[in-house]
Amino acid sequence: MNRRSFSLFVCLVLIGFLNTAVCWDELRFYLRSEPKTFNPLAVADDSSETVRYLTGGVLLRLNRETQKLEPGLASSWTVSKDGRTITFTLRPAIFFSDGTPFTAQDVKYTMDQLMDPELRSPTGDSFRSDNGKVNCTVLAPDKVAIHFPAPIAGLDRLFDQVAILSSQSPKKEMAVLGPYYVSDYKPGSLVYLRKNSNYWKHDSSGRQLPYISAIKLEIQSNRDLEMLKFSRGEIQLINALDAEYFDRLATSSPALVHDGGASLDSEQMWFNQVGTAPIPAYKRTWFTSRNFRRAISSAVNRNDLCRVVYNGHARPAFGPVSPANRFWFNSRLQPIPFNQKAALRLLQLDGFQLSAGKLRDREGHAVEFSIITNAGNRARERMAIMIQQDLVAIGITVNVVTLDFPSLIQRITQDFNYEAALLGLVNDDLDPDGQMNVWLSSSETHQWNPKQKTPATAWEADLDRLMRVQASSMDNQTRKKYFDKVQEIVADQAPFIYLVNKNALTAISPSVEGAKPVVLRPQTYWNIEYLKLAVERASNGK
Amino acid sequence: MRSSILRRLLMVVITIVAGGLVSATLVRCAPGFGADERQLDSRLSNDTINAIQTSHADERNIVRFFFASVCKTLRGDFGVSRSLNRPVRQLLQERAAVTAALAGKGLALSWLAAALMIFASRFVPTPALGISVTLLSGALLCLPAGVLALLAILFNQPAYLVIALIVYPKVHRYLSNMVEAVRGMPHILTARAKGASESRVFLWHVVPVIKRDVLALAGVSIGIAISASIPVEALCGIPGIGQLSWQAAMGRDLPLLNNVAMLVIGCVVLANSGADLLGEEPRQSS
Amino acid sequence: MKRLRLAAAILACVLVLISVAGSFVPRFDYARQDREHVGSRPSSGHWLGTDDLGRDRFARLLQGTRISILLAPSAAVVSMLLAFAIGAVPGFAGGFAERAAVTAIDLVLSIPWLFLLLIVRAMLPLNTSPAASVTITFLVLGLLGWAAPARILLARARSVRQAEFIILARSTGIAPYRLLYRHVIPNLRPILLAQFWISVPIFILSEANLSILGLGVAEPLPSLGSLLRELETVLSLRADICRFAPLVMLVVIVSSLQIAVSGREVPS
Repeated sequence: MNRRSFSLFVCLVLIGFLNTAVCWDELRFYLRSEPKTFNPLAVADDSSETVRYLTGGVLLRLNRETQKLEPGLASSWTVSKDGRTITFTLRPAIFFSDGTPFTAQDVKYTMDQLMDPELRSPTGDSFRSDNGKVNCTVLAPDKVAIHFPAPIAGLDRLFDQVAILSSQSPKKEMAVLGPYYVSDYKPGSLVYLRKNSNYWKHDSSGRQLPYISAIKLEIQSNRDLEMLKFSRGEIQLINALDAEYFDRLATSSPALVHDGGASLDSEQMWFNQVGTAPIPAYKRTWFTSRNFRRAISSAVNRNDLCRVVYNGHARPAFGPVSPANRFWFNSRLQPIPFNQKAALRLLQLDGFQLSAGKLRDREGHAVEFSIITNAGNRARERMAIMIQQDLVAIGITVNVVTLDFPSLIQRITQDFNYEAALLGLVNDDLDPDGQMNVWLSSSETHQWNPKQKTPATAWEADLDRLMRVQASSMDNQTRKKYFDKVQEIVADQAPFIYLVNKNALTAISPSVEGAKPVVLRPQTYWNIEYLKLAVERASNGK
Repeated sequence: MRSSILRRLLMVVITIVAGGLVSATLVRCAPGFGADERQLDSRLSNDTINAIQTSHADERNIVRFFFASVCKTLRGDFGVSRSLNRPVRQLLQERAAVTAALAGKGLALSWLAAALMIFASRFVPTPALGISVTLLSGALLCLPAGVLALLAILFNQPAYLVIALIVYPKVHRYLSNMVEAVRGMPHILTARAKGASESRVFLWHVVPVIKRDVLALAGVSIGIAISASIPVEALCGIPGIGQLSWQAAMGRDLPLLNNVAMLVIGCVVLANSGADLLGEEPRQSS
Repeated sequence: MKRLRLAAAILACVLVLISVAGSFVPRFDYARQDREHVGSRPSSGHWLGTDDLGRDRFARLLQGTRISILLAPSAAVVSMLLAFAIGAVPGFAGGFAERAAVTAIDLVLSIPWLFLLLIVRAMLPLNTSPAASVTITFLVLGLLGWAAPARILLARARSVRQAEFIILARSTGIAPYRLLYRHVIPNLRPILLAQFWISVPIFILSEANLSILGLGVAEPLPSLGSLLRELETVLSLRADICRFAPLVMLVVIVSSLQIAVSGREVPS
């Protein structure tokens, strides 16, 4: 071999070594399903949202730890007094991952795309305050104003979900402003992200962020496999851990797991109150009775649900807002104690009688109903079985039916062919405006009786009024007053029987440094730019 | 022979089309068709939710949809998957080889194991071995596919081993009964009486008698292996046709399910027809 | 070998009788949740410990065995009868009947019946009793599980049709039903029996898998299949051997019955 060939050989070996070395600086965790889109504006599922969070550059970022808004691509912003206009001043000299410069024109382009009704974007719908058009005006290359037809409470925080697209790049949505970009995608297998060398953020010492060079997101829905791989060190994060797996990991390695306390999510059941539902009239009478619903709520042992199903990693829930939502939670709400005698007294007010172990209504019908929930969610299945057992004690027969998700959705949104349902509410938004469509009686997602032409009950009319009033106010204290009232009505009327607020359970490998797990999503990698891997620390000699 | 093959091919095509139509009809009539989990998203406006609900309008008339889909398929356009937002053709191309390899290896291993067990039983005909083999087959039949998949993951074993463990007890049970049934036949007794060795008796006198049954079993076992690949791929996270079909079923993704169903029907029908063809006795010309 | 078959038969019968009789004993309440002793080890109060909801494992094992061992063989008999009627009879008849049967069997083998099961679930009222739900499930399994054995029976029947002893029997003027009963069925019995022994555990497991569609046994009623599904998680792999009791029970019963009838499969 001559000298030139030998030098080439050595170079190739070194390159191979360096590439291998780069692979060590790789964060690995699982996506639980295939991402449906890489268009950040059309994101509606968890996996796509993960990719958006890691790759998207946003004007404002909600700090998941402090729950306060921070500047992002916008160095500053102002919201007009009437809540209809927001003006951003953009940071200078920022470039997309492909080198295209970032300007105010890109913000306008993004908003125009976002508000296109054909996109059917949940993010876009969050901005739809009225039927008018959203106008985005470029005031200067680094200044843009967005005007909405009606006031939007908490307008600025919505921009945490809006990843800015390039209006000029030929790569379209694949040119990003976030810390990472999608470098490889094997459908059904993995999404590979690499560090965006044009990322605008630097740490206090001036070093460009992020620290970690690459992120490998394998697509894997099997939670057993996820836990096994984590135990073996093959992945380094589990963002949402079930309670049983949490305890299993905690037994062997307590330092790896984190219980962040109550999350924003809740599990609840509700009765079908739709007037045209194909259920017997006498059952509709039960379900539309406040006393009946409150009695059921009293008869369910929430402490047992938390202890048995979640191994103590949950707390009883009594209202629509989790205590983790510090500002909006109504701390004056009284918890409903577990009291089956009180439940029977409430039922007696409506003419129900317990005889020979069976509860009957005033017409003599034995009280029996079914609860549907989605198959495959073991926690919900077990909660339904425990509720079944609790209600036996007051003479009620409950049939637990687990259905596949599409069948369940059809029953609760189209046919209304069900009696009671047990599902969970995933809450990413601190602001009650995010729940507007749950409380408005005309809404499709007013689950117990959706799409009402006029409110069916006085209390639902009150909910409509209060939610609209709080949405039109720009002062959070005023809004809180109204929303506290909403929570009181919901707790009193019990259209949803809230069961538990699950804790935010996560697992983080000790090789990941800088992780501060929180309750808001994404719990473990919300500060992805600042995370380091232990091997990287060794290579820096720190 | 040629006419027999042509007739069979025609039957295969008719079966695929009929099977595809029946499958599409079942999907269309099943509850949850047109349901989308986005309908539960409280961020979406009423208009958006209504638009989502009406987006399946072109699939409501199943006969029209199916035949339009078949015409497009013949032109190479397999449609777009609703649940994955990707061309169906691309999805099938990416995943078919994975499932073929998985099912193929699993099937080969299961037949090999079954054949070995039968050979062992014949050459070491002790009650202890017989009971052990029965218990092993029984235990494998009684173990859920999920448990087998989990054990494979735990012990870092390949997924095709799981397929083999699922298919083996069925193949073994049939094969051993077939072989046992022939054992007492007059020509076997005659061959033994004439001093033929066990292996000669087996290869020259037993196998020809059960050849047709074995071929039929082979055809059926291909279908069993393809069915077994669905839970195995779903549980082990293997991006094959099985995982795809499960996702499509749970998402009521009609364009994808239609094509996957016709692909599976084609494989099963071709396998069974091929087995029948191979098992046909050659006709004697006068 | 005869003694072994007798012992196996007795063991299987004893286990089935214990499960049937035991499930009527009030002490063994399969539904009661002892929430203070969730996931506990065996004790005098709970002989096999408790499950994740504090329910007595032994009681649930008895009840589950009773349900599954009575219903799964019934469903297996249904599928065998259908396999015989749709596979063996046309295979023996030949001609158009055979060709039609081949096409029908191939269709049924390859269609995704998952959606038919969803339709069945949608047609049932949500308040269907657990007993009715599990019975309907096994019936549906029996009605759908005939295709694979039918294919094999058809091939076998085709071979038998062309056998010399059949030609001889026909030449004596034997009636068709007698030909079928005396000469064809004995030659198909090995396949029918193989199918039966395969179907029983498969139906038991399939019934549990159908719970994802809302079919199958409804809580709190257990079945062997639903008890076996508890093993499908890495959390079940603790040092808690009692979790494997349903598996051991099923394997012992099925294998015992198989051994008990082995050796009777060869036609005389």
